[in-house]
Amino acid sequence: MINADDPLVPGSGLRIRNLRVGYGPVQALRGVSLEAPSGSVVAVLGANGAGKSTLLRAVSGTLRFHRGAVTAGEIEYAGRPLSRLSAAAVVARGVTQVPEGRRVFTRMTVAENLRAGALGGRGRKETAAARRRVLELFPVLAERAGQRAGLLSGGEQQMLAIGRALMARPSVLLLDEPTLGLAPLMAARIADTVREINAQGTTVLLVEQNAAMALSLASHAYVLEVGEVVMSGPADELAASDEVRRRYLGEIDPAEDTDEATGAPADRTVLTRWSA
Amino acid sequence: MTTFAELLLNGISMGAVYALIALGFVIIFKASEVVNFAHASLLLAGGFLVAELHPSIGFWPALLAGVAGAALLGCLVEFLVIRRSKAASHSVLAIVTIGVDIILVTELTRQIGTDVMAMGDPWRDKVLHLGPVSIAQTRVVALLIAGVLITAFLLAFKYTGWGVAMRASAEDGETAALMGVRLGRVSLGAWAVAGALAAVAALFLAVFPTPGLDRTTGVIALKAFPAAILGGLDSTTGALAGGLIVGVTEALMTGYQSEMAFLGRGIGDVAPYLVMIIILLVRPAGLLGTRELTRV
Repeated sequence: MINADDPLVPGSGLRIRNLRVGYGPVQALRGVSLEAPSGSVVAVLGANGAGKSTLLRAVSGTLRFHRGAVTAGEIEYAGRPLSRLSAAAVVARGVTQVPEGRRVFTRMTVAENLRAGALGGRGRKETAAARRRVLELFPVLAERAGQRAGLLSGGEQQMLAIGRALMARPSVLLLDEPTLGLAPLMAARIADTVREINAQGTTVLLVEQNAAMALSLASHAYVLEVGEVVMSGPADELAASDEVRRRYLGEIDPAEDTDEATGAPADRTVLTRWSA
Repeated sequence: MTTFAELLLNGISMGAVYALIALGFVIIFKASEVVNFAHASLLLAGGFLVAELHPSIGFWPALLAGVAGAALLGCLVEFLVIRRSKAASHSVLAIVTIGVDIILVTELTRQIGTDVMAMGDPWRDKVLHLGPVSIAQTRVVALLIAGVLITAFLLAFKYTGWGVAMRASAEDGETAALMGVRLGRVSLGAWAVAGALAAVAALFLAVFPTPGLDRTTGVIALKAFPAAILGGLDSTTGALAGGLIVGVTEALMTGYQSEMAFLGRGIGDVAPYLVMIIILLVRPAGLLGTRELTRV
């Protein structure tokens, strides 16, 4: 197991340099560079199709499931390259992802899902310690241990997905849209949890469309647009910038407003059913 | 009544053997998403090894060798064929396994020729009498061993890390990989287990009252196919239920053939397929096939 508690050694975090990713002829990332120093929370903002999930897939080594490949550039963690590794090897290095849409194993129980999260790790003691930590963080998972994961509410499934990823005792946690489709109250709870996970020493790379939430958590943020980083900087500076406020923080001009409005009501009907 | 009890016991015993084969189908399907038509040749290869080796090394070591050999052959097929053609669609892969089956069966047929090979088992043609009911000892042993293997398998599937990895990758391969599961290893393991179970099944398909192993023994594996389908191709307990249904149906239909003379001879061989078709008409996913348990 890789030790998560390394102090902030310069260059010891996750580092992506000039990354290019293609799905066949389609270029999804065109020279993205990004750094998540050890112990930080870094956010990646962007609209649908900007390449956010592709970025996380490239780090986790799951591009091949989508017939994609890294065509150029470097991904390094703790000074060692990750780019050519299999998904399992990336987990073994201490980099774990919570995929978009939660993707819990619906036919397995909550306890089995957590167990699945520890499959890449070694050692019963470590796993037991990880389980204790996860159940402390999400007591509801202990209550629901014997229930099928498919029967949990959306928020509970997100907690399970995060808990499952923590079972591997990652030193870097990649989160893909953890608040997507959740009620505001639940989204705030997830945000608190992310803060707590980070406080316990885990580096977090957070991909979000919910810019307000992401910028409140992160120390540093990047804005992706059509496969390129168009803006980056300290989170508070970005939050104050006009362009980000206009595009991502809901202070929008009318043209884009209608765009947003068509997506939102549909989400909300689903949500009321989930929280019922 | 005595006849019925005998037929039922025989049916259950054969059903347990079919269930061994069907389980193999199911776990390969779950782990590699391939319908493995080469299963018959894995079975024949395992049985052939036992028959070929027992005169020189004794029955039990030969059985072990047969099980290991069939497991290894399963691994080879996965490693050399299935894994290499990852890009192909699943239906193409299924057809590829038919090709593999033809190649393997052709070679085995060449080896076996027209022989009927004895398995060298210690149970021979002894018959067990339970009151008025008589049953071949081999059938009782088959039921016991298949029962033990199936129980062990289901427990492992439910409780071991291997089982959790299998189920996780069957449900969502990409997410399982994100959890650090090595999908190649899971798939390889499934093929090995399927091969091993098929070899044990081969033994019991070739012992008394069957005269021995011949080149057509593998064809019997095809009866386990309706068993796997009617149980639900992605359900291990379904394979078990399917195996028993096929075994009992076949035994009863064959046993009462004379009372149903109007149906003609050989109804016992056809019955499993009829049952499969009827069940699929009512439940398209099979008896225990996946129904998504999600709240939307």
